Amino acid sequence: MLKPAAATVGQVILYAAFAAFVGYFATAPTYKQIPDDVALIKLSISHLGDRECRKRDPEELKKLPPNMRAPMDCPRGRSDIKLEVDIDGQPAFQTVMHPTGLYKDGISTVYKRFEVKAGTHQLSVRMNDNLVKPGFNFVKEAEVTLKPAQVMVIDFNPDRGGLFFK
Amino acid sequence: MFFWIFQVSLHGFLRDITRTLIQRIEEAFDTFFGGGNNPLRHLGAMGLYFLWIVVGTGLYLFTVLDISIHGVYNSIGHQSRDLWYFGGILRSLHRYASDAFILVMMLHMLREWAYGRYYGFRFYSWITGVPLIWLVYASGIGGYWIVWDQLAQFSAISTTELLDWLPIFSEPAARNFLAPDSINDRFFSMLVFIHIGVPLLLILGLWAHVHRISRVDYLPSRRLMLGTMATLLLLALIKPALSDAAANLALAPVELRLDWFILFIHPLTDITSPALVWSMLLAATALLFLLPFLPHPKAEPVAEVDAANCNGCSRCLADCPYAAITMEPHPNRPGYKIAVVDPDLCASCGICAGSCPSSTPFRRQEKLVTGIDMPQQGVNALRQQLETQLAQLNQGTRIVVFGCARGADIKALAAPDTAVISLICTGILPPSFVEYALRGGADGVMLTGCRTGGCDFRLGDRWTTERLSGQREPRLRGNVPLTRLQLVFASANDDKILAEALQDFRTRLETQAVSADPLQPYFRRPSHHA
Ligand code: HEM
Ligand code: SF4
Ligand code: SF4
Repeated sequence: MLKPAAATVGQVILYAAFAAFVGYFATAPTYKQIPDDVALIKLSISHLGDRECRKRDPEELKKLPPNMRAPMDCPRGRSDIKLEVDIDGQPAFQTVMHPTGLYKDGISTVYKRFEVKAGTHQLSVRMNDNLVKPGFNFVKEAEVTLKPAQVMVIDFNPDRGGLFFK
Repeated sequence: MFFWIFQVSLHGFLRDITRTLIQRIEEAFDTFFGGGNNPLRHLGAMGLYFLWIVVGTGLYLFTVLDISIHGVYNSIGHQSRDLWYFGGILRSLHRYASDAFILVMMLHMLREWAYGRYYGFRFYSWITGVPLIWLVYASGIGGYWIVWDQLAQFSAISTTELLDWLPIFSEPAARNFLAPDSINDRFFSMLVFIHIGVPLLLILGLWAHVHRISRVDYLPSRRLMLGTMATLLLLALIKPALSDAAANLALAPVELRLDWFILFIHPLTDITSPALVWSMLLAATALLFLLPFLPHPKAEPVAEVDAANCNGCSRCLADCPYAAITMEPHPNRPGYKIAVVDPDLCASCGICAGSCPSSTPFRRQEKLVTGIDMPQQGVNALRQQLETQLAQLNQGTRIVVFGCARGADIKALAAPDTAVISLICTGILPPSFVEYALRGGADGVMLTGCRTGGCDFRLGDRWTTERLSGQREPRLRGNVPLTRLQLVFASANDDKILAEALQDFRTRLETQAVSADPLQPYFRRPSHHA
C-alpha cells in the first residue's frame, strides 16, 4: 500500500478521470444528423384504401336471393394504395402500400424521410387508393421553398381535399 | 465442427485477454483505494448506489415537473436557471448518475464475463442480468424525451423510426412527431408514466438478480460513496446538465449535444440501418443468453451434510455466499435442525466446511467426519495431508502455507522447511487447523487468499479474516500466538509479493524469542512421538 497522502492523490486523480469521462461523453462529441444546408421532406400517409367493388352482371344477380341482390359486390378487404413522389421532375419514391389487418381491411401506411438541399423544389405526388381503376385519383403538385433544417410534411386527409403539404 | 471449436476457443481467448486486462487495472486501483474501497471490485454495488441517486433525484424532478407540452420544457428549464443551486444540481445528478450507472453496468457485465462468472451456479445471476440492460436503456432514452428540447425531439423521432421497422404498430409511431400539432399533453403523461414504470420494473428485476446470493453487496463502502457523491456534485457544478433549444417539430435539429452513453443507438442507426441495428441488438441479446450454454468446465461436487455430525448450529448457513443452505428439522435428533444444501445453488467453495464446529482436527476420530464437507477436499483428507507434510518438514524454521488455488501460486514455495497445502478457497480452512499445525510442529502458519474484495466466491477473504481475528465463529482460539500466523492476500499476479512475504515471515519467526510460544505440542497419534 502507498502512503495515505499518495493514495489520496491517486484517488482524486481517478475520481477526476471518471468525472471527465462521464461529463464529456454526456454531451460530446456533438452529432449532426443532417448537413447544414439540408431540409427534410417527410412523407407520412395513413389511409384506408377504397373497396375494390365489382359490378354484378344480371345473370349473377338473378341467382341471388331477392333480398341480397345488391348491384355491387364489395369484398371486405381494401385496395392496395399506389403512391409516387417526384422531386424536381425525377422519380424519388414509388411504392404500393398494403392494407393492414388479417382480412386486409385496415389502413395502409407509409413513412419516409427525404433529405433535399434547402431551396426551391418542384414536388409532385400521385396516389391511387383503388387499384381496380387505372391512373391516380389524387394528385398534388407544387413548388416549395425550404429553409435549411425545415421539415415539410406530405400527408393525406380526405377532409382536407386529399394530399396536402405542410 | 471445426468452426464450433474455433468459435469456442476464440471466445476463450478473448475472455482470457480481457480478464488479464481487467485484473491488472483492478489491482492498480487497489494501490490507491485498497480492496474494500476499490470501485472496480464493487461494480454491482456502485450500480445500485447510482440507481438510488437516480431514483431520489428523479422523484424531486417529478414533483416540480409541469406535465404539458410547453410546461415540461419550461419547468425543467426553471430548475436549471433559477434554482441552479438546488433543482439544477439535482437535475445534473440525475443525468450524470444515469450515465455512470450505464457505465458501471457495462463494466460489471464485462467483468463477470471475463472472470467466467456466467455459468453453473451463476447461471441465474447472469440470465437475470441480461433483460436489465433493455430496461435500463428504455428508461434512459425515455428520460431524454421528457425535457422536450431538440435532443428529445431527435431521439423521439429516431427511436420511433427504429421501432417502426418492427411490425408492432399498425400506424407508424414516427407519425406522432410530424408537425408541432401532432403531439399533445397526453403524450407527456404517458411518457412520465413509462419513465417511472420502467425503472420500477428494473428494481424488481434487480431484486431477482441478487435473489440467490446472500449478503449482497448492496452499497459500496461509505468512503467510496462519499468520494463518488463529491465527484458527481463537482461535475454538476462545473458542467450543469442543461436543455437544448425547445423542440420544434417544424425544424430538424442540426447540431446535437448527444449523450453517448444512452443515445448512441441513434447515430448507429443513421450510419447503418434499422434492420442492421435490430439484428445487432437481438443477436447481442441472444448471445448473452446463450453464453452460459457454451462449453464450460464441469461443475465440481457440491457440499454434503453428515447428519450425525450436524448439530444444527446454522453457522454454515450464515457463511454460505450463495444462499445454498437452509435449515430443516433433523431426521434423527428431535428438536434439532440440520443443514440442507441445494445443489443447484452450491458453488462448491467449501466455505461451509470451514465454518462448521465439527471440522476441528483435534477430534480423536480416526476418520474425521464433519457436519458439512466437500467430497473433493474433505477435512479428513486435509488433516491427513497436514500431518504427512508436517512429518516431512525437518529443517530450520518450519512453515505451513495454506493457500487458495485461485490466488497466488503457492506450489512454488514448497521446500524442505515449507509445506504447502492448496485449498479450493481460503474460507474452507477451519481456524482450528492453524492451531493444529502449530501444535503439530510448525513454527509458523501462513494463509493466503485472493486480494480483499477479489474472492471468486465473494466472501472467502472476509470470513477468513474475521474468523482468524476472533470476530466471527469459528474463532481462532485466543491462546494461539498471532506472531506465528501470517495472512497474505495475493492474487494470481502476486507470486513475487507472496514469496517476499514468506521470506519476511521466516525472518521474523527466526528472530523472535522462543518463549513467545505458549502452545503445548499436540499429536493425535502417539506414534508420531516415536
Ligand atoms: C442493471 C444493472 C446491474 C446491477 C445494479 C447489478 C448489481 C449486482 C449486484 C449488487 C450483484 C451482487 C454482487 C455481490 O454481492 O457480490 C450482482 C451480481 C452479479 N451480476 Fe449484476 N447487476 C446489474 C446487471 C448485470 C448484468 C447486465 C449482468 C450480466 C448479464 C450481471 C451479471 C451478474 C452476475 C453473473 C453476478 C453474480 C456474481 C457472483 O456470483 O459472484 N449483472 N449484480
Ligand atoms: S460449498 Fe460454498 S456454496 Fe456450497 S453450501 Fe458450502 S458455502 Fe454454500
Ligand atoms: S455448521 Fe456444521 S453443525 Fe452447524 S448447521 Fe452447518 S453442518 Fe450443521
